[in-house]
Amino acid sequence: MTLLQDAAPAKAASDKKSENITRLKSSLQQLLAFASLLALVIFFSVASHSFYQPANLSNILLSTVVTGLLALGTTFVIITGGIDLSIGTGMTLCSVMTAVFMTNMGMPMFVGVLCGILFGAMIGAINGLLIALLKIPPFIATLAMMMVAAGLALVISGTKPVYTTDVEGFQKIFALGKSIPGLVIPNAVFILFAAAIIAGVVLSKTVLGRYTYSIGSNEEATALSGVNVTKWKIWIYTVAGCFTGLAGVIATARLNSAQPAGGMGLELQAIAAVIIGGTSLQGGKGTIIGTVIGALIMAVLTNGLSIMSIPQEWQNVAVGVVILLAVYLDILRRKESAK
Amino acid sequence: MSSELLKISGVSKSFPGVKALSDMQLELRGGEVLALVGENGAGKSTLMKLLSGIYVPDEGRFVVDGEPVVIGGTKHAQELGISIIHQEFNLMPDLTVAQNIYIGREPRIGGIFLSETAMNRKAQFLFDKININLNPKQRVGELTVAKQQMVEIAKALSYKSKILIMDEPTAALNDAEVATLHDLIRNFIKPTTGVIYISHRMDELKAISNRITVIRDGQYIDTVDTATTTMPEVITLMVGREISGEQRPVAAPSSSETVLKVSGLSTKELLKDVSFDLKRGEILGFAGLMGAGRTEVARAIVGADKMSAGTVELNGKAVAMSNPAVAADLGVGYLSEDRKHLGLMLERDVKDNIALSSLKRFSKLGFLNNPAMKAASEEYVATLRIKTPSIAQAAKNLSGGNQQKIVIAKWLVRDCDILIFDEPTRGIDVGAKEEIYALLNQLAATGKSIIMISSELPEVLRMSHRIAVMAEGRIAGFLASAEATQENIMELATRTAAGARTTETPAGVQG
Ligand SMILES: Nc1ncnc2c1ncn2[C@@H]1O[C@H](COP(=O)(O)OP(=O)(O)OP(=O)(O)O)[C@@H](O)[C@H]1O
Ligand SMILES: [Mg+2]
Repeated sequence: MTLLQDAAPAKAASDKKSENITRLKSSLQQLLAFASLLALVIFFSVASHSFYQPANLSNILLSTVVTGLLALGTTFVIITGGIDLSIGTGMTLCSVMTAVFMTNMGMPMFVGVLCGILFGAMIGAINGLLIALLKIPPFIATLAMMMVAAGLALVISGTKPVYTTDVEGFQKIFALGKSIPGLVIPNAVFILFAAAIIAGVVLSKTVLGRYTYSIGSNEEATALSGVNVTKWKIWIYTVAGCFTGLAGVIATARLNSAQPAGGMGLELQAIAAVIIGGTSLQGGKGTIIGTVIGALIMAVLTNGLSIMSIPQEWQNVAVGVVILLAVYLDILRRKESAK
Repeated sequence: MSSELLKISGVSKSFPGVKALSDMQLELRGGEVLALVGENGAGKSTLMKLLSGIYVPDEGRFVVDGEPVVIGGTKHAQELGISIIHQEFNLMPDLTVAQNIYIGREPRIGGIFLSETAMNRKAQFLFDKININLNPKQRVGELTVAKQQMVEIAKALSYKSKILIMDEPTAALNDAEVATLHDLIRNFIKPTTGVIYISHRMDELKAISNRITVIRDGQYIDTVDTATTTMPEVITLMVGREISGEQRPVAAPSSSETVLKVSGLSTKELLKDVSFDLKRGEILGFAGLMGAGRTEVARAIVGADKMSAGTVELNGKAVAMSNPAVAADLGVGYLSEDRKHLGLMLERDVKDNIALSSLKRFSKLGFLNNPAMKAASEEYVATLRIKTPSIAQAAKNLSGGNQQKIVIAKWLVRDCDILIFDEPTRGIDVGAKEEIYALLNQLAATGKSIIMISSELPEVLRMSHRIAVMAEGRIAGFLASAEATQENIMELATRTAAGARTTETPAGVQG
């Protein structure tokens, strides 16, 4: 007898079937998100001629980059069941630091960029320490970090923009230059996609990614299985911080200056993108591809609406409705698969 | 044979307000299964958590393989060759079976990349070796409770440890599954390995253990040889008093009035044409193998699952119970088998857990009547012998068995006319089982009707006026209390739709 009395071959077959169904369901979810993106693009293209002009499309992509990068990092955090409110102003601080590294400190460009990213990693690591080691709830720890970063950005910059116009090729290489002849797509977009691929690989193919899901699914059980949850959580926040740092670098390059006052609110846009992309705030579930689509949906929506000259206030309303829809769809899907 | 694998002595552990263990001792020899028994809250799980590095003892000596050790954490315990199956599930529902088993030691490529194929192959190899039927790639959240338990067992066996601790591994299994688990254990046992086995099912201690260590109220009582000791003797050691024995219920309920009539109940997934009725004051037992559909019947009746066909009548009137809250308002209560997730608010205290689902009873104009809530909670804490320092203790700090009792108390407070108990005594100690049996009988005598789903045949036989036996989503037959035996129940339970008995798959482990 097998251990499961009723486990005849028929059962194995039904296991196989349900496994396939699960897989179908999760790809369906992504398909759905992708379909919504496509529908939005088609809708705006029909509604306005200027929408589908290559220049505008490239504009949309460019405007996705910073939020998109932040969203990539925060996908990790949200899958662990945490939240990171510090990424918006953290990005601003990284932006200021990158500019300071390259100008005041006179670092060579690539070293400055690397240090900018590492600075983001450091912010992430501090978040991770506060959360994993001192057991401060993520919401509180990163809320505090959000204020600290906002303040430091102003202090370090002396509340004035820090210009990087003297750094040769910075803006071109890291933001606006177009490396592929004949294509209007700027480099920053390629950086976003490269970062997304790296994030995707880390999340689905590495040990760190596995523990990200595992912690989000059941933190206590993960710890009881002999995984050093404290250590890994710090690493996960650190990795997320790298993306914040990279976002800071790109933001600086794009404007060829660090703007010390901004960033507040970007974290919520990034979180919105992650949620629209199907990642659950309860943790344990989510994908990078979903997040990328989520970020694109947000960008297309804002761009499309402003092209149709819908006022900013109403754009916000629209984004809010989209978030609600996305989450509700997720709840429906969950109910379906709970059966 | 009697090489000493593990010896602990003078171990104490306190929690705020509770002395969970004092001057505890225990000795595990190579090649043996040592059963550890004691009432709910006696300190069994706490002791095992000390051994597996989850808690740090206040004091005590631990000797593993002749070497004194200080167990520094879960990983250290694993390195010492100690692995544990916890009383509560410790699984990641969003990960697959194989991912759960190999978490923390997944096959890697170059140190950081995962090799999913290697891991699935390893898992499949393990399942084939120990002869359990699991799909490595299935998400654990989709598995039934019993299959999740299999995952836990496979995980513990995969560590190749010397000392295997099982904290109530069979609480969620039926008799046949228990038998095969015992075979797994016998295969595991070698002169250099040992098992500590915690269970409240007295019948299985005889079958599996070599010696039995009894503890009571955090203190060591005695260790006896299983072969030369009778179960009543063990029970007396455990509870410190005698427990009255088995009695069959009165032949028939006092009334013949039908309170619940279910006809043609079917669901998309499993159930086919389930019909039965329940009389006032009747205890109707539901027996069957795991997966036969007993829980599904209960869930469909109270509206937790959708039915695809069939009707439910309460007191002669057709009703639609669209969800369990509606069902409870109509006087039908369902105590789910998965209590930890569906039945308790772990962070809240005992009183809230008992009273919160019947707030209507405890409030006036929206204001809570706290004294009444307290009184009711105190009352049930006393009747069910729930071991807790006070009713203000958070539910998560109670022992597993005492958490179960809280869920039962909660439904008793709710005062439903029809109560569906799904595995009501799972994980509950012998003494308290008797109290619960007495309570069920008393409820039935006062005109409440009870459906009792249980995988423990002796319990079904003892408690039920009538027994419905399910097989493959159908009711295979009814047995009256007087004619029912373990044999004829099993005969019905293994009868398939075609009338043939299930043909069994691979040879090897014999159930
Ligand atoms: N984390 C904790 N905080 C406070 N008290 C606790 C904690 N863990 C256990 N206790 C208490 O310690 C005592 C022993 O609990 P333990 O879980 O070891 O019992 P048990 O013998 O395993 O019982 P059961 O058979 O019900 O599982 C109980 O009174 C329990 O309430
Ligand atoms: Mg216990």
